[in-house]
Amino acid sequence: MIKTRTISLPLLLLGFIHLMVLSAGFLAPYDYASQNRAMPFAPPTTIHFIDSHGEWHFRPFVYGLLDQPGNFGFYNEDRKHVYPVRFFVNGDEYKVIGNVNLHLHLFGVTEPARIFLIGADGYGRDQFSRLLFGGQISLFAGLLAASLSLVVGLGFGAVAGFYGKWTDETIMRLAELFLALPWLYLLFAVRAFLPLHISPTAAFMLLVLVIGLVGWARPARLVRGIVLSAKERNYVLAGRNFGASDLYLLRCHILPQTVGVVLTQAALLIPQYIMAEVTLSFLGLGVGEPAPSWGNMLASLQQYHVLISYWWMFIPGVALIPVFLSYFLLANALQKRLRLG
Amino acid sequence: MSFFLRRIVHGAFLLVGVSILSFAMIELAPGDFFAEMRLNPQLSAETLAGLRQQYGLDQPLPVRYLHWAKSVARGEFGFSFAYNTPVAPLLWSRARNTLLLTAPAVLFAWLIAVPIGVGSAARQGKWDDRIASGGITALLAIPELLLALGFLLISLRTGYLPTGGMISVGFSELSWWGKFKDVTAHLAIPVTVLTLGSLPILVRHVRATMLEVLQSPFINAARAHGISPRRLLFRHALPAALNPLISLFGFSIAGLLSASLLVEVVVSWPGLGPLLFEAILGRDLYVVIGAILFSTMFLVVGTLVSDLLLFAADPRIRAQ
Repeated sequence: MIKTRTISLPLLLLGFIHLMVLSAGFLAPYDYASQNRAMPFAPPTTIHFIDSHGEWHFRPFVYGLLDQPGNFGFYNEDRKHVYPVRFFVNGDEYKVIGNVNLHLHLFGVTEPARIFLIGADGYGRDQFSRLLFGGQISLFAGLLAASLSLVVGLGFGAVAGFYGKWTDETIMRLAELFLALPWLYLLFAVRAFLPLHISPTAAFMLLVLVIGLVGWARPARLVRGIVLSAKERNYVLAGRNFGASDLYLLRCHILPQTVGVVLTQAALLIPQYIMAEVTLSFLGLGVGEPAPSWGNMLASLQQYHVLISYWWMFIPGVALIPVFLSYFLLANALQKRLRLG
Repeated sequence: MSFFLRRIVHGAFLLVGVSILSFAMIELAPGDFFAEMRLNPQLSAETLAGLRQQYGLDQPLPVRYLHWAKSVARGEFGFSFAYNTPVAPLLWSRARNTLLLTAPAVLFAWLIAVPIGVGSAARQGKWDDRIASGGITALLAIPELLLALGFLLISLRTGYLPTGGMISVGFSELSWWGKFKDVTAHLAIPVTVLTLGSLPILVRHVRATMLEVLQSPFINAARAHGISPRRLLFRHALPAALNPLISLFGFSIAGLLSASLLVEVVVSWPGLGPLLFEAILGRDLYVVIGAILFSTMFLVVGTLVSDLLLFAADPRIRAQ
């Protein structure tokens, strides 16, 4: 049984997932956009050690694929040729931090065979590569949007709580409006009034902005509550009488009190925002092809024949589970620590 | 009575605020329904300008808002460009379908969540509480999208439940009992997904509030009087824990509406969700605003109901 107060376990898991996603270029055998039109929906490639003559190979190998006659999208292995799996190979170009171009990949197979660890999609693109590259978009959209929400919420909440009176009244009424709308509807509405056909990078920025700005109200409310009680504490009053400025009081005495709540909110908001990105992209309102996101990778499941025949198309959705679980465990642990103070 | 009046007025203000907010956001957005038509070579610029004028899109924002407010007063909620009818009739039938979907989901979720939450609070830390908590955390981590797709897959594989839509072909020829059975079968998947999706948060809240109450002195006193554990839980502890739970009821509707938006699109249930989605793609502005307003209306009514329940359950509020 996992102890509910452990913070390190979910943090480790999250760190591992984010590291994998960040080094997508190196770990993925192919580029996210490279297509193999001859092999739509190729199943996960089996990795063999023993060939058709019963001979043992120390280097694992794969077979090429042959179409099943009269059965589109299904394949048999071509047992005549053996294509060994090689490590640290040169392959598709990718970019690291800005504009450094690299070709080195962790693994790959000899052409013309392909290695699809978790199958291929309808254009014969490697799902594993797309999963890693897609994680960059989905996971970081959540992370960045949550940071944006928290920064805006912290700002408005602090101002509302600290200055009180009509400032407080206005900001909190506005927050109430934002909280009153079912938030996915609100998100859709904002997205509705923005351009639909834009480049993936622009779409990513737009999503982060929209998701982040729509969700500012809840953190603002929580922060306001804390600021409200913190500003009446004796040390703050003392500081004020010594002539400290508002900004100094906020920065040094009041806002440090909100750290716990802000961290807990982050752990709760990030999974919600990841899901928001996935939902929007799933419906075609988010990041568009050919750039992958876990949402638009799931979009092909809207066709029933894909849903029923190719189980590996579910994997981007399944990949969300460990991420969400880690964030929830983290939020739980943070909440418990906060309460015990 | 003034309590309710205050709440209703508050709700009305909220709706007005939401509508103003929606209009303000549209103003920020580039393009409108007719902007897409500009690419059509068969339509001249003059025709488009004429269309804009006819639908009043060339007017400044406050004027448009007033026009729209008047049409709301007439019960029309603006005019749909794509369907070429007033928005209200479109919305009413869709809203009814969404209600048909969310109401059972709310009911089932609470009927399941309360016993589980109370039970696991009563046996805090024991094996059954741990199993329940573990299961609930796992369920919390599974996205509703995945649940919906998974259930669709199962129903497609087994062929036992109908997939997608709300009625089968030849619905109008069925008897009323047949109609009822048909709609229920179509409801099964989306209601299950929504119930499972909203369950974890409810169970966690029920458990937390019950734990708090169970630690209070009056429970110890009652226990010392030899009151049976079941009676203690459901007659003494649960009513004391009711207040925060009833407030949660209002909020749970908000979460459910958001979830149902997605689930409706996935299983093509003809509710507000798909309507909003199509309206967004078609830039059908007043339908978008109408759908948002209706969803807010659901929420306001939900909060009102929870206020009513609170009023009935808590004598302190009645005394105010």
